[in-house]
Amino acid sequence: MFKILKKQELSPGIFHYDIEAPRVAKKAQAGQFIVLRVDEDGERIPLTIADFDREAGTITLIFQVVGASTKMLAAKNEGDSIVDFAGPLGQPSEIHENMGTIVCIGGGIGVAPVYPIARAMHEAGNKVISIMGAKTKDILIFEDKMRAISDEVLIATDDGSYGVKGFVTTALQQLVDRGEKIDQVTAIGPGVMMRSVVEATRPLGIKTIVSLNPVMVDGTGMCGGCRVQVGDEMKFACVDGPEFDGHLVDFDSLMSRSRMFRPQEAQAKDHVCNIGLGR
Amino acid sequence: MALVMEKHKMPEQDPKVRARNFQEVALGYDEDTAVAEAERCLNCKVPKCRQGCPVQVNIPAFIGKIKERDFDAAIDIIKESNSLPAVCGRVCPQENQCEKHCIMGIKGEPVGIGRLERFVADYQLAKNEEIKPIQFAEDAQKVAVIGAGPSGLSCAGDLAKMGYKVTIFEALHVAGGVLSYGIPEFRLPKDKIVRREVENLQKLGVTIEVNAIAGRLFTVDELMGEMGFDAVYVGTGAGLPHFMHIPGENLNGVYSSNEFLTRCNLMKAYDFPNHLTPIAIGKNVAVVGGGNVAMDAARTSLRLGAENVYIVYRRSEAELPARAEEVHHAKEEGIQFKLLNNPVEILGDENGWVKGLKCIKMELGEPDASGRRRPVAIEGSEFELDVDTVIMAIGNGPNPIVASTTPGMETNKRGNIIADEETCATTKEGVFAGGDIVTGAATVILAMGAGKKAAAAIDAYLKSKK
Repeated sequence: MFKILKKQELSPGIFHYDIEAPRVAKKAQAGQFIVLRVDEDGERIPLTIADFDREAGTITLIFQVVGASTKMLAAKNEGDSIVDFAGPLGQPSEIHENMGTIVCIGGGIGVAPVYPIARAMHEAGNKVISIMGAKTKDILIFEDKMRAISDEVLIATDDGSYGVKGFVTTALQQLVDRGEKIDQVTAIGPGVMMRSVVEATRPLGIKTIVSLNPVMVDGTGMCGGCRVQVGDEMKFACVDGPEFDGHLVDFDSLMSRSRMFRPQEAQAKDHVCNIGLGR
Repeated sequence: MALVMEKHKMPEQDPKVRARNFQEVALGYDEDTAVAEAERCLNCKVPKCRQGCPVQVNIPAFIGKIKERDFDAAIDIIKESNSLPAVCGRVCPQENQCEKHCIMGIKGEPVGIGRLERFVADYQLAKNEEIKPIQFAEDAQKVAVIGAGPSGLSCAGDLAKMGYKVTIFEALHVAGGVLSYGIPEFRLPKDKIVRREVENLQKLGVTIEVNAIAGRLFTVDELMGEMGFDAVYVGTGAGLPHFMHIPGENLNGVYSSNEFLTRCNLMKAYDFPNHLTPIAIGKNVAVVGGGNVAMDAARTSLRLGAENVYIVYRRSEAELPARAEEVHHAKEEGIQFKLLNNPVEILGDENGWVKGLKCIKMELGEPDASGRRRPVAIEGSEFELDVDTVIMAIGNGPNPIVASTTPGMETNKRGNIIADEETCATTKEGVFAGGDIVTGAATVILAMGAGKKAAAAIDAYLKSKK
């Protein structure tokens, strides 16, 4: 069992959990993910690591309630436990000194997984410019944390309630327009967002890394459900990724595959448990 | 007494009924049938059956005890060499092993060794006897086993009985490996058999840690270093599914057999939404491949409610790698065999879902390196199969996570760990490996055999180090 040491609702439906998992925290690196199960009937849910504290022995997860499983996770309280927690999984982000100027883009709750990457980039002495995107000011998360490890932070909201009005690509364009020399972009967020970033950087020839979170079961390479077309190769996001060269990723297929279980997901969300498990 | 030339029939669920439920197909012998079947054994002076068994179970001896109705003694004899008899009695390909060599098989049918093994194993499980934990010496040496599949479980069981303190590290949240995620409930019940066999091992004194991903949570070097293990056995299996690399494999409605079976067996998607892992099954399903896994996926599809289920296989019936019994069961249940057909493309609709499988007809040419006649495409014979779900059951490659994080442990070109056939020793001192991660995808019993050999070799290695 793995204990929830901290629970905080960052904005409606978006939660911050610190989970006690000392061995995972000891090994976790920026860019990796974990798989958890809430209870014995639960799904295996992959979540990218939003932070880790090796001394406290905790892993931070940020998640949004989208379906039955995240609803069950959100129903847990501080001090409760979840049954399974496995990781760290996937390849860590490639981070080293002298990478130059890195633009770290996070859209929605994608800001959370981009945070440890931006921090590691910063700690390695690179210049980090962060772009945070959200629909509206109230649901922007991790702003203080991002400011603390970024040389500069740009914010974009769809409704213009904070920062520039528009998308993360609007803010990215501002950087390009002012002549900022960008060596790499790392973008994490919804598929549509990552695809727009990739299309914006492609003509400029800027290396762009995206972190994918496709449907998967085990997370260790066994099921192949997370396969994604990268250039002319079929890759498994769980063992080959989750990060890939964004210019090579087939986003159409990726986004289509993420809809494979939509009807069942809707059914599960509406399902009222007959034996009172509270879902 | 006249010889009974045929095996006593295995009682089974009616095909029409069982094709729509997940309960076990074969119901098992009762005591009288088991004794009568045991009476067919000639108790040969040179028991050839034993040579056919990868773990050399003393077959005539245990069958002799069944004749005497001493079922406890019978199971004890099996357990001297086989730690998972209830599993092996169900899923071993006996027709290619012990029963293949049975003298009774020359003129009639061989003795139903597998059925008898299952009978005494189930007899003992039903008695729910207390298992005495092993008393380990305080200074007992420690062995780490990576992977709680058949190979790891068998290695761990043997080592524990020799007095070693064993910890099995399992990546998934449940032990059993392919016994839990791969082989369906209707062939190998999970709670009744697999979980009980695993628990019995734990009661014996073997520690099992789930959610422990070797190569990520810790490396083999860390196991042998700060974690204090004296030897390591790697039995991680063949866990990386192959695809055909034909157009359309990323469409919705396409699964690897691993994903399909894992959703259903391990995650119990057949009981969705009481269990929250979903599975999407169409009306018409094509399963590509001809092995046991393909049969399992096809029969599972039927049980999930598919109307038409096809096995699409590029060779002919004679070359089907699946056990004859599995093919027979599949046919009885209504699985349709599309033999000498090879998929060339999966066709999709405008929403990215499978709407058909384009195949080409094949004929058999000259024998290839495997000795089987090579299938050759018949030009211009393409046709479309009307399906909305495609399951690729064409085999698995080795999972790279452990090998890639273990310097000094060499792999071959295919990524399989190189290990000595007799001792399972790898190129790294103190590290042994066996089962599918070494041989490529094979059978439960061969993996168990390797685990057993490795246990003996680890014992010899650790004694030499003391």
